[in-house]
Amino acid sequence: MVTDRGPVARLLQVWLPVGFFLVLALFPFYWMAITSIKPDSELYNRHLMPLLVHNPTLEHYVNLLTQTNFLLWTWNTMLVAVVATAISLVFGTMLAYPLARMRFAGAGLIAMTVAAIYLVPQPLLFLPLADVINRLGLGNTLTSVMLTYPTMLVPFCAWLLLGYFKTVPKDLEEAARIDGASRVQTMRQIFLPLCTPGFISAGIFAFTLSQNEFLYALIFLTKSSVRTVPVGVITELIRGDVFYWGQLMAAALLGSIPVALIYSFFVDHYVAGLTSGSVKG
Amino acid sequence: MSIRSEPLVRVALPPRRAFSLAAWLDREAVFSWLMMAGPLLFLAALVGYPLVYGVLLSLQDRIVTKPGHFIGLKNFINDFHDPVFWRVAINTFVYTGAATLLKMVGGLALAIAMNQQFRMKNLIRALLLLPFIVPTVLSTVAWMWMLDPAFSVVNRILIGLGVPPPGPSWLGNPTLAMFSLIMINTWRGLPFYGITLLAGLQTVPPELYEAATIDGAGGWHRFRFVTLPLLKPVILIVTLFSIIFTFADFQLPYVLTNGGPENATNLFATYAFNIGMGAGQLGLGASIALMMLPALALLIVAISLYMRRA
Repeated sequence: MVTDRGPVARLLQVWLPVGFFLVLALFPFYWMAITSIKPDSELYNRHLMPLLVHNPTLEHYVNLLTQTNFLLWTWNTMLVAVVATAISLVFGTMLAYPLARMRFAGAGLIAMTVAAIYLVPQPLLFLPLADVINRLGLGNTLTSVMLTYPTMLVPFCAWLLLGYFKTVPKDLEEAARIDGASRVQTMRQIFLPLCTPGFISAGIFAFTLSQNEFLYALIFLTKSSVRTVPVGVITELIRGDVFYWGQLMAAALLGSIPVALIYSFFVDHYVAGLTSGSVKG
Repeated sequence: MSIRSEPLVRVALPPRRAFSLAAWLDREAVFSWLMMAGPLLFLAALVGYPLVYGVLLSLQDRIVTKPGHFIGLKNFINDFHDPVFWRVAINTFVYTGAATLLKMVGGLALAIAMNQQFRMKNLIRALLLLPFIVPTVLSTVAWMWMLDPAFSVVNRILIGLGVPPPGPSWLGNPTLAMFSLIMINTWRGLPFYGITLLAGLQTVPPELYEAATIDGAGGWHRFRFVTLPLLKPVILIVTLFSIIFTFADFQLPYVLTNGGPENATNLFATYAFNIGMGAGQLGLGASIALMMLPALALLIVAISLYMRRA
C-alpha cells in the first residue's frame, strides 16, 4: 500500500492523521503535567496564556507528599497489585495448564465457565461481596482487595495463559515423561520455564488492572491509612466543593508513573497480549 | 487354562497392588482436577457464591443495618415503577451505543493511519496506548479539570477560536454531561480498538490488495470489500468486550459527575451503588445491578445477529 507520492501527500496521508491521534491521546497528560507545576496565581488567572507555564514551582508536589497520605497510598497500591498479580498468575496457571495439556471429561465446561466469569461485570458482585467481606471481618484491610481483585484477574490470566500454553510445542514434555519425570516435574521443570513471555504479558495486564481498580477499593477501604491511590485521590484530595487542582494533577501524574514505567519496559509483551483478543475495552 | 494350574507363573508375576497412589495421581483427569481444585474453589467462593447471594439479596428487603426478609419480586416491581430507573436504563444504552460506535469508527481510522510505513512507529504506538494504560480515575480527574466550569482549557481554546465566552458548561448541562462522558470513554478505549484492529490489518495478505487494485478497485472499494470482511471477526470480539465493560462502567461516571446533573449520567452501576451503598438499601441495589444482565444479554445477541447478517 506504500506509494511514494512526494512529501506533501505523505504529510497529509501519514502525519496529519497520526499527529491528530497523538495530540488527542497525549494532551490530557500534557495538561496534567503543566498544571502540576503552575503556581496557584497562574492556575486561577484567566488572563494568562494557559498552555505554557511562566513560573514553574514544585509546591504542589511538596504539599502532596508532605501533607497527605499519598506515599502511603502508593505503597498500598503497589503491595496490593503485586500480591493480587502473584495470586492470579499462580491460580491462572493451575487452571490453564490442565486445560491446555490434559484430556479429561468436563474440560470444555471448565474453559467456558472461566471465560464466563471473566465477563461477569464487577457492579454485579460488589453489593453481595461487600457483605461477605464484612462478615469475614476483612473491612478496611488490604487483604480484602488482595482477595477480591483476583476474582477478575484469575479468569483473565487463565484465559491469556491458555492461549499462550497452546502455542508451546509438546515434544520436550513428552520426552521428559518418557524419561520418567512425573507430571508435576514435567510441568515445573520443563514446561513453565518455556512460558516466560506468556507470564510477562499476563503479569503486566494483571498489574495494570490492579492499579486501575476502583470500585472494590472504594467500598472496602474507608480508612485513609489503607486506601489505594485512586480512592485516596477521589476521597481525600477533593474536599467538598474545593478542588486543589495543582495537587490533584500532581497526584494524577505521580499515580500514573508506575504503570507507565512498567508498561514502557514491556510494551511489546503488552501489545502481544492485547492483540490476542482477550482484553477488556 | 494351563496357566492357572502352574504356580510358578503366579509367583513370577509382581504382586498386583490394589491401589497405587502414584499411578492414580498420574492419571490425566486426577492430576487436572487436583490442580484446578484450588482456583476453582476460590472462584466458587468469591464469584459463584456472591452471584447467588446477590440474587437472594434482590429478593429481600435487606437494608444495611438489619437482616432482610423475603419479599419476592417486590424490588423489581419497585424498579419498574421508578422513573429514575428508566432514565438510568436509557442512559446506559445511549452511553454504550454511542461510545462503542465512536470507538469502532475512530479505532478503525487509527488502525488504518498506523498501518503505513513511517519512522518511530513503535514509539508512537506505545504513546497512543497511554490513555488505555493509565488508571481511569486519574485520567478522569484530569478531564474534570479540563472541563472545569471556570477554568476549562477546552473552553479557553474554543473562546480563542471565536466561541462566545464563557463557553459550554460541559458537566453542568445534562446533554453536554452525557456527551462529555461518551467522549472521555472514547478517548480511553479508542487506542485499545485501534491497536487490536491494527494487528488484524497486518494479517491481511498484501496480494489481496494487489489483486483488487488490478481488478480496478479504488481506495474505498479495497476498504469495503477486502479490509472490512477480513477484519470482521476481530471487530466482533473487540466490540463485544467493549459493550460489556462500557455497559457496566462505574469509575468514569462516578468520578466525573456522580450520575448528575439530574441523573443525566446515572448508569446502572452508579445507580446500584448509590441505592445499595449510599442509601444502604442492599436488596433494592442488588435488584438494580441484576437488571443489567437481561439488558446486556439483549445487546450481545443483537450485535451478534447484526454482525452475522452484515
